[in-house]
Amino acid sequence: MSLDRRGWLAGLGASLSTLALSGCEKLATNPDVVRALSSAEGLNRRVQRLIGAGALAREYPRADITANFKANGTIDPPDADYQAMAAKGFADWKLVVDGLVERPLALSLEQLMQLPSRTQITRHDCVEGWSCIGEWTGARMSALMDAAGLKQQAKHLVLYCADTLGGAKYYETLDLVDVRHPQTILAYAMNGAPLTVPHGAPLRLRAERHLGYKQAKYVMRLQAVASFAHIAGGHGGYWEDRGYERYAGI
Amino acid sequence: MSLAPPQSLPSASVATRRRPGKVLVKRHSVVVRVTHWINAIALAFLLLSGLQIFNAHPDLYFGQQSDFGHAWLAMGAFSGGGALHGVTKVGPAVFDTTGVLGASKVNGVWTARGFPDWLTIPPQQYLALGRRWHFFFAWVFAINGAILIATGIVSRHLARDLAPTRDQLKPGHVLQEVWDHARLRFPRGEAAKRYNVLQKLAYLAVLLVLLPLMVLTGMTMSPSLDATFPFLVELFGGRQSARSIHFIVASLIVLFFLVHIAMVVLSGAWNNVRSMITGRYAIDVEPPAPGDAP
Repeated sequence: MSLDRRGWLAGLGASLSTLALSGCEKLATNPDVVRALSSAEGLNRRVQRLIGAGALAREYPRADITANFKANGTIDPPDADYQAMAAKGFADWKLVVDGLVERPLALSLEQLMQLPSRTQITRHDCVEGWSCIGEWTGARMSALMDAAGLKQQAKHLVLYCADTLGGAKYYETLDLVDVRHPQTILAYAMNGAPLTVPHGAPLRLRAERHLGYKQAKYVMRLQAVASFAHIAGGHGGYWEDRGYERYAGI
Repeated sequence: MSLAPPQSLPSASVATRRRPGKVLVKRHSVVVRVTHWINAIALAFLLLSGLQIFNAHPDLYFGQQSDFGHAWLAMGAFSGGGALHGVTKVGPAVFDTTGVLGASKVNGVWTARGFPDWLTIPPQQYLALGRRWHFFFAWVFAINGAILIATGIVSRHLARDLAPTRDQLKPGHVLQEVWDHARLRFPRGEAAKRYNVLQKLAYLAVLLVLLPLMVLTGMTMSPSLDATFPFLVELFGGRQSARSIHFIVASLIVLFFLVHIAMVVLSGAWNNVRSMITGRYAIDVEPPAPGDAP
């Protein structure tokens, strides 16, 4: 076989495989296909909530805490207002609680620390596949919600964060069942020390039983809402707007 | 050699003479045929979307958590001499896997990624979509597998057709079959009506060990299911162990698939495929006489 023909055949093979791959790509990313596949998310959420109900995430002994807890996503918010707060050691920082609540609040870190707290050594599971064990201390979310008084119409809690990632502000949403879970806390300490910037200073969410992207860092504001459809991309979170499941239990 | 219970002896109603010496017997029930193909499709999508998910962190560990830098299996890339090199580490061994593992071309551009684009769904790096595919087919796979195992128990298909008989388990017999397989001599005539012992053991291992292990290790990677079923984490020795075992068992299933396809082709491709579609399998009425071997 001549070199020319061999080159031509190789080229044909390469373009055919490119065609097959781009065909795969089109099918795999087709919105109708993705919508059909995403029906599994509702099934996972319903089944896992039904059988899991109030189950607690496993808590580990102190000896299991890793010295090498990976900080992922934003590790130093580029936002000027955040940098200014961090420079002052978050002295002026306040957590805003508003939306569908009876008593809107603005709490300093000291005030948050007055709330009933919880310390838990849990495993952080990143959606990428890795896990790290760390100790978290924070205000119980349920106590904070009792203080604010959720209105009847409130169905979800939106967590607005200080950090901008890839051109958009980070945010997350929690359903009330997870807001009320005893291991859902707003952590201000990690491994016995104040939260550091890479891990979300001054305040981050720990909603155990969920993957890492649910554990919003740099939390600034909690808003109780009846629907999150009008917020950002409308899917209930930064990564959710980028295709990830809002139900992050799997 | 004594023969198996006559579960599939050609009776007047199911056997049709095709041509002299050949007879079609009913081999696979409709449940087995349907679940077999659903299983095959689900496993294909699970494997390829699973490799997409693996690529998000192409390192495997044992234990509860990730000891970064000490993965027992790691795929990575490094630049050198103006080119990107792919490296795969398995324990202390390091392999240059440029082009396939660690670094491969995506749309003509050298890219650092675990498995190459022709082995992942979707081809480009897109973890969120890979998860959508994976969890959809995980339900298809689990429900289908549960139906197959449950009906297999109720109909006694497992006990009757897949459990090896006492005579089949004798070491001499097993060795004889290994030797026959190695020479690509497959049972004919009456002996072809039942599965041989290697087939039985392989099918049972896949159906009752490997496939359930995939479901259980998959469940162990869910933080929510770990809270509901803490014993799963204990069983596998941690979430990262479960991720490793998930990968290893998936590899064993791929290995089974390759041997399965080779055996299907070598022992009569069309006859085997037809029996898994129509349910009918052709056998020789009279076994060949001794010394008649090809």
